[in-house]
Amino acid sequence: MELLVDGPQGPAAVYAYTGGKPFDAALPTVVFIHGALNDHSVWTLLARWCAHHGHGVLAVDLPGHGRSAGTPLGSVEALADWVPALLGAAGVARATLVGHSMGSLVALEAAARVPERIDRLVMMGTAYPMKVSEALLNTARDAPLKAIDMVNAFAHSSLAAKPSYPGPGSWLRGGGRALMRRLQAGQPAVNLFHHDFGVCDRYAHGLEAAAMLRCPVDFVLGARDQMTLPKQAHALGQALKARVSVVDAGHALMAEAPDPVLAALRRALA
Amino acid sequence: MPGSSDPGFDTLALHAGAAPDPATGARAVPIHLTTSFVFDSSEHAASLFNMERAGHVYSRLSNPTNAVLEERVAALEGGVGAIATASGQAALHLAIATLAGAGSHIVSSSALYGGSHNLLHYTLARFGIATTFVKPGDIDGWRAAIRPDTKLLFGETLGNPGLDVLDIPTVAALAHAHDLPLLVDSTFTTPWLMKPFEHGADLIFHSATKFLSGHGTVIGGVLVDSGQFDWDAAHARSGRFAELAAPYDGFHGMVFSEESSVGAFLLRARREGLRDFGACMSPHTAWLILQGIETLPLRMARHVENTRKVVAFLAAQKMVAAVGYPELESHPSHALARRLLPRGCGSVFSFDLRGSRAQGVAFIEALKIFSHLANVGDCRSLVIHPASTTHFRMDDAALAQAGISAGTIRLSIGLEDADDLIDDLKRALKAAEKAGA
Repeated sequence: MELLVDGPQGPAAVYAYTGGKPFDAALPTVVFIHGALNDHSVWTLLARWCAHHGHGVLAVDLPGHGRSAGTPLGSVEALADWVPALLGAAGVARATLVGHSMGSLVALEAAARVPERIDRLVMMGTAYPMKVSEALLNTARDAPLKAIDMVNAFAHSSLAAKPSYPGPGSWLRGGGRALMRRLQAGQPAVNLFHHDFGVCDRYAHGLEAAAMLRCPVDFVLGARDQMTLPKQAHALGQALKARVSVVDAGHALMAEAPDPVLAALRRALA
Repeated sequence: MPGSSDPGFDTLALHAGAAPDPATGARAVPIHLTTSFVFDSSEHAASLFNMERAGHVYSRLSNPTNAVLEERVAALEGGVGAIATASGQAALHLAIATLAGAGSHIVSSSALYGGSHNLLHYTLARFGIATTFVKPGDIDGWRAAIRPDTKLLFGETLGNPGLDVLDIPTVAALAHAHDLPLLVDSTFTTPWLMKPFEHGADLIFHSATKFLSGHGTVIGGVLVDSGQFDWDAAHARSGRFAELAAPYDGFHGMVFSEESSVGAFLLRARREGLRDFGACMSPHTAWLILQGIETLPLRMARHVENTRKVVAFLAAQKMVAAVGYPELESHPSHALARRLLPRGCGSVFSFDLRGSRAQGVAFIEALKIFSHLANVGDCRSLVIHPASTTHFRMDDAALAQAGISAGTIRLSIGLEDADDLIDDLKRALKAAEKAGA
């Protein structure tokens, strides 16, 4: 569905995948927020499950990503300001926020800004701080396609994750690379890869945000994640008193371990 | 297998899509000869049918052994995924049927395998899908043939049987300028010789019967998607791809391009074409093709090495009027081959024998190591006379357009000792010469 969401530069069209059912704001809402240089399609299995099990689903493309218009927002804080505007545009009073990687930081910061509107927070493939090496940032700036290949390789822990995503016969590394290339090409005026990784790298408000939360928090982490190592989420997890689920996957955990991630999400939503 | 880069080709040929079986520890890929897969619960069943979970339901749609093959070929090609089919023809049909229907149009290279030409020219026409054929090197011809109802451009990486090299970068750019995808048949080159996605192609299919299997044992096909073509954007501009960018009543109103930004084509192909036409691959066949792929890099190197020796021999024989191999300067695609096929031009090529039809028959029948049959890409060397076999349905004008004459002989060079192959050809050439005396 398409929503008109207020942002720093005025209203802009935002795409939200609704899980194969029309969005119903009267149902308990789950908002899925993707990571850097990704879009809603990293969530479709989970989103479809939620939509067909009593939830209203908004799996968004962040501004300037995929099908959503506007320019990319330049910080976790700016993206967090945008989330309540999204809820307002969709007519949603309260929601559960589910974020992956950069999206997990956006969800955390948004939950801190409007804690009274957030039922639960689920952070997947997360770490805090989410520092990005200077070498990778420089490669992202100077040779983004090369950096995409590097990050894509880092994000996958296996050559044979089963049953594959979105279904059998899918080559996950190829899918990850094609998606990042598509999103990068979709913003000819902005190096979206460098932009998004900079957003992750600069965020420094995590522990303060954690102190403002009121809702239960779940972490879903990849045991073989090389980008956001589980140990790098430990301090934030303690601050949030998060329940931690570890699945046998790398950073692309929704693709590499769709069933264990669904099980963890179901526990979080129960 | 973590790291900052993906494994190389030879490693992927052995490992992509496969890991030791978690249930038994089996190191080789198990053959899952089962029609169906047990559901954990009714809720699990419903979630599989509704694409809330990934998994296997029924082996016409997917199977764990086939999935390994699909992932492996996708990995070798640099694609997002693949679908294994009953044959290469089934893969071509699945690609077309996913995008086109009655009232659609295709622009195709005229240098095609006879079966593909037949499908496009006669059979699909009966179902309302028209095709315009153009010479693969005639870029203006490709451009002029595109119509508002065109759904895709199609050609072979090495056109059958003259080995015209398809100028994929140019034809792909032309296709994309018209919001159209380029589909290529990569059977003759395999990803070891060329990766068409790196040159701009959007979809690839293989007759896996040939080099991927490599042993002349099974019939199969594989259709691979690059994930590079933006169906949504193309549909928004041209209205051509409602099959992928608009709700599909046959699957709960699903919009495939929303479900997967880069895998929409394969989702629809599997959930419609494979489901409804049913041209799926046997898991046993998938296993045999996987066995072949494990040695693909070694075999392709030897195929090319042997072919170069045989080509050099034939080019020096007085009974041979011409040898059509793109590595020869005399071949019209020589410059293109140097650019797009630096590792070699495969092991299937044709040459023209001097003399009468009877001399051609004498040549074929004198061969001892080469087997006279209708196949290519076997580990054994093969020979055929296209005008009387693979292309027999084509009239003289169509034959000429495909670059075939009555004296054309097609060879598929295998993995035998090259000296033995050359001795076999020497003997046959002498027999042909004698038959003309």
